Amino acid sequence: MTIAMDPPKAGFRLSMLLYDTRYRSITIQVIFMVLIVVFFFWLYENVVTNLKAAGKDFSFAFLWQRSGYDINQMLVQYSSDSTHARALLVGLLNTLFLALMTCILATVIGLIAGVLRLSKNVLVARLMEIYVETFRNVPVVLWIVLVNAIMAVSMPEPKEFRGENPSAQMIFFDSVAVTNRGIYVPEPLFSRSLGNTDIGIFLISNDLLAIIAVVLASIWAYRRLQANATAVQNATGIRPVTWWKGLAIIVLPLVALLAATGFHLGYPELKGFNFVGGVQARNSLVAMWLALSIYSATYIAESVRAGILAISRGQTEAALALGLQPGLATRLVVLPQAMRVVVPPLISQYLSITKNTSLALAVGYMDLRSTLGGITMNQTGRELECMLLLMGTYLTISLLTSSLMNVYNASLKLKER
Amino acid sequence: MKKSVFLGTLSAAALLGGIASATTLEDVKARGELLCGSNAGLAGFSAPDANGVYQGFDVAMCRAIAAAVLGDPMKVKVIPLSSETRFTALSAGEVDLLSRTTTWTYSRDTDLKLDFVGTSYYDGQGFMVKKSLGVSSAKELDGATVCIQTGTTTELNLADFFKSNGMTYEPVPLKDNAEAEQQYSAGSCDVYTTDASGLAATRATFADASEHVILPEIISKEPLALTVRHGDNEWADIVKWTFNALLTAEEFGITSANVAEQAAAPGTNPEINRLLGTEGELGAMLGLDKDWAVRAIAAGGNYGEIFEANIGASTPIGLSRGLNALWTQGGLQYAPPFR
Amino acid sequence: MSDASYVREAMLPAQKPPASETGVVHWVRANLLSTWGNIVLTLLAVYVVYLILATIGPWLLRSVWTAGSLQECREIIEATWGEGKRGACFAVIAERWQQIIFGFYPRELYWRPILTLVLMLVALLPILFYETRRFSWWVGVLFAAALFGSVWGHASPVVTVLVGIAAVCLGVWLCVRGPQYLMWFSLIFPAAAFWLLWGGTVWLPVTILLGFVLGYGAYRLVSALNGLAGVIAAVVIPILWWVLLCRAAADVLQGIVPIALVELGSDQFGGFLLSTVIGVSGITFSLPLGILLALGRQSDLLIVKSFCVAFIEGFRGVPLITLLFVASLLLNYFLPPGTTFDVILRVIIMVTIFAAAYLAEVIRGGLAALPRGQYEAADSLGLDYWKAQRLIIMPQALKISIPGIVGTFIGLFKDTTLVSFISLSDPMQIVSSIRANQEWNGIYWELFLFVGLLFFLFCFSMSRYSMYLERKLKTDHR
Repeated sequence: MTIAMDPPKAGFRLSMLLYDTRYRSITIQVIFMVLIVVFFFWLYENVVTNLKAAGKDFSFAFLWQRSGYDINQMLVQYSSDSTHARALLVGLLNTLFLALMTCILATVIGLIAGVLRLSKNVLVARLMEIYVETFRNVPVVLWIVLVNAIMAVSMPEPKEFRGENPSAQMIFFDSVAVTNRGIYVPEPLFSRSLGNTDIGIFLISNDLLAIIAVVLASIWAYRRLQANATAVQNATGIRPVTWWKGLAIIVLPLVALLAATGFHLGYPELKGFNFVGGVQARNSLVAMWLALSIYSATYIAESVRAGILAISRGQTEAALALGLQPGLATRLVVLPQAMRVVVPPLISQYLSITKNTSLALAVGYMDLRSTLGGITMNQTGRELECMLLLMGTYLTISLLTSSLMNVYNASLKLKER
Repeated sequence: MKKSVFLGTLSAAALLGGIASATTLEDVKARGELLCGSNAGLAGFSAPDANGVYQGFDVAMCRAIAAAVLGDPMKVKVIPLSSETRFTALSAGEVDLLSRTTTWTYSRDTDLKLDFVGTSYYDGQGFMVKKSLGVSSAKELDGATVCIQTGTTTELNLADFFKSNGMTYEPVPLKDNAEAEQQYSAGSCDVYTTDASGLAATRATFADASEHVILPEIISKEPLALTVRHGDNEWADIVKWTFNALLTAEEFGITSANVAEQAAAPGTNPEINRLLGTEGELGAMLGLDKDWAVRAIAAGGNYGEIFEANIGASTPIGLSRGLNALWTQGGLQYAPPFR
Repeated sequence: MSDASYVREAMLPAQKPPASETGVVHWVRANLLSTWGNIVLTLLAVYVVYLILATIGPWLLRSVWTAGSLQECREIIEATWGEGKRGACFAVIAERWQQIIFGFYPRELYWRPILTLVLMLVALLPILFYETRRFSWWVGVLFAAALFGSVWGHASPVVTVLVGIAAVCLGVWLCVRGPQYLMWFSLIFPAAAFWLLWGGTVWLPVTILLGFVLGYGAYRLVSALNGLAGVIAAVVIPILWWVLLCRAAADVLQGIVPIALVELGSDQFGGFLLSTVIGVSGITFSLPLGILLALGRQSDLLIVKSFCVAFIEGFRGVPLITLLFVASLLLNYFLPPGTTFDVILRVIIMVTIFAAAYLAEVIRGGLAALPRGQYEAADSLGLDYWKAQRLIIMPQALKISIPGIVGTFIGLFKDTTLVSFISLSDPMQIVSSIRANQEWNGIYWELFLFVGLLFFLFCFSMSRYSMYLERKLKTDHR
């Protein structure tokens, strides 16, 4: 690595570029740089020639053309009259939504499975081991396909809810319908809605904004109330009774707002072929979500287990010896240390979950890969542009996620001198 | 050829290996093998049998062309392509022709730089539903959940159809026919839509085929055509006229059984004589020998025989000729004259 | 003082522990029913196991292994078990298992992939079990079995017997003298595997290997004159050889001594054979690349370092499936017009790049785990950078990284199922093709079960091996 420096000699000869360690690294880098530039130029030249030969141009103008196809799950307004760019946005949001949901569920399952694998209950521990080994040693595509098929076969069709003696029934007081096309839950509706705000790309419900604003304001007021109470306590030694005031501050404004906007629930109803109304979690989403979560959770379970095992028993004992209650000992001593071991693999797991959402086409979930890298690419024949855009988007998501998580990881790190 | 490229690239500098030579015909002859892009698995059209040999209507077309060009119908290498990779594979020269239920459309012909040389099957997009649904027309499908194969023209047709009829639907896009079939039979969707031939093929394989109906509406024109690269007219001619030879053979009653006999000596019909090379030099005009059409017909029979053997009424798929009957029998299949 | 009656003079024999503290009862109590929470967990677990068994059990029990089609299967099951009963139709696997494993590889040539697999195990042995010397017996046995098995049933009895004798002799010889030659075998194995799998003339792989020999020779000769010129010669001469002369030389040699196997195209590769070919070659080729990238990332040279970081993060940041699409759709845009090459090779290239980015991080971990003293010791011995890496750093860093490398390989092997998205005949795609057949249309679980089981067996044993290795390496460093 460090090589003894030659004593500096006066003057500069050309051969010093090769033999003098001071200059050699520069020479190497310049040569390397030239090679890379030449390589990329070569690629560029080829692309230009090939595009010309194929009679194609390189342009993203197709993004503003009518897409012409429908997407089943859309978090923002979209129809077959929208542009390809809009389809891209819908796909991107679907990808992000799925990734986020999966990260959450996978963490929960992984945490439980990781802890249970260390359980004293042999049966449970064994079962968890079987679960972890089975799922992580079979390709995730297979699980996605299988979970989707199991759901399609085992859940009732909408028509089974029909008739005098239906073979399937809605659950939770007729509010939730579980079918093999999706799970329908009641949706929030506002009879005196405040309308929507168009923020350029998509519409945002004013009702939602109002609710968020009111809740935030209530929390702020509650905090003030508590601070005030603490101040009184510090001054007088007696803490004023605030629970009813707190309750009122939190609940009343929200209730008032909901009443003013005419909040009610819209229940799903069987009309025609399908349930209408309510929020539908499509089976493709649920299957992707479950399969990816269960698969990724096995990896998280392993790192959780490693994290727990990594903390020596002495740490817990020391905490208890200090007089900390078991709960506090876990929270203040064990967990922070375990997190240090668990978080780095967790980050890479989140990244691979995001990347694995690109398998959604296997069950027909319309993610970014299926819209931009699937139908749009197919219908426009713009492979180069679509693929570059697709890879660029995934790369951006990955880099953003990993940098955010790295900041969090850095905050957990052992502060060393 | 391939080997030199395979190894050449290992040395990273040899990317200039395997430059494709001037014409597709020369390539095919030099290779001694026809690279035929087809479906990885579509019952009746292209699917590998237990011995791993691809069989089906689309593959039979390739075999006829291989027989005409190379003299051996088995000198076909079937390259399974997905609907996403098929056009790129063709334009990159990975396959010599596509015989993969590919719809002939304006933008594909012009924008994607392809040439469609012969409609091997006139198809149209249809709907299949379960009988128990009580639906008799596609116009009654408002609000239905529809399974589609993604990456095809069907999803655009579907969007247009429902939009123009003021109906809504819920698309369930799926990767391939096998997946769509599974979802449909599990009841995850009310309707399965794809080309009518595909629907018939799928329906035929159900244990309870009579419980499913194909609705009368055909919502699109889907001429499934043999496709070659734009710009190589000689090769396009060979594919086009081999296909026409199969049609003409059916028209004149030349079958795989009697073609050798008819080609042995000139007969009374001059067009048959020209086709079978007992008169004139039609083969040479294509850059082939005079027996090319004889071999093409002997490979799997004429168009009607290929149809009957793979997807016709006697097979489990049981498609009737319909639009694909010869023009003399009320269909659309019409070959230009051989002269 | 003799009266010390309060001290017992004879010890009582130890009593047996109470019945509740030993045996099955105790075990069950302590492990399954110790607390209320535990009881609930146990009941839940038992219920889950029951549920799984009750769903799958009967279906598995009523399985049919010989039938010509799904329809036939259903009839047999109904005839045996009564109307409306359903069962597994494993007949499809009995009929098509070769396709799932070998793809469309010609049946009479199955011995070639099998032989390749066994040879691969032989080639891997010195790497996998580098510490135990006892593996030589395994090598002998494997070798003999491979040669014998591959000829069995494919040649005349005389040839079979002769090859059998030769195989046994070779095996015995390897047992006695083998180990030191095995490293060489590992080095030439990639070329041998290529020849066995794809076929063609034997001289092509030989002349390609000759390129490496030429490079080494050139280095030895020229570096005596000038060190730098030696390095340049070692790089340039083999490349020139491969590009210009290699193929011609192979042709000439083939003309003189014709030795060739039936040549096979990449379209005939499929099923697990394809997965293994992609996975193994991906990991093999990505190893050197990964090492270079890891070193580059740790380098002091700014441009090299930033390039390596960009490369690693860039390829780790995109899903493999997009890279596969690049391989199948875009690579032709980036290459000179008219260049076409094999789609499997293109996939292997992309998979190699992808795996290299991951391996670079694994190896970087290994490098980071090395104590700083190792670097300093190497420096103090006066070794230059490459010598230090080759003799001191890499052997240790790679050894630490082996579990990580195996993990990457398992991931890569599982990810090969994604090639079905670009229509390569991996096991998943073969399953689709089988289902498209008239006879087997509508079959589902049986095929996926079989594919899943094979993947499980392979990946599980790999991961167990990796854990074994981890344990072993741990003791080395404590």
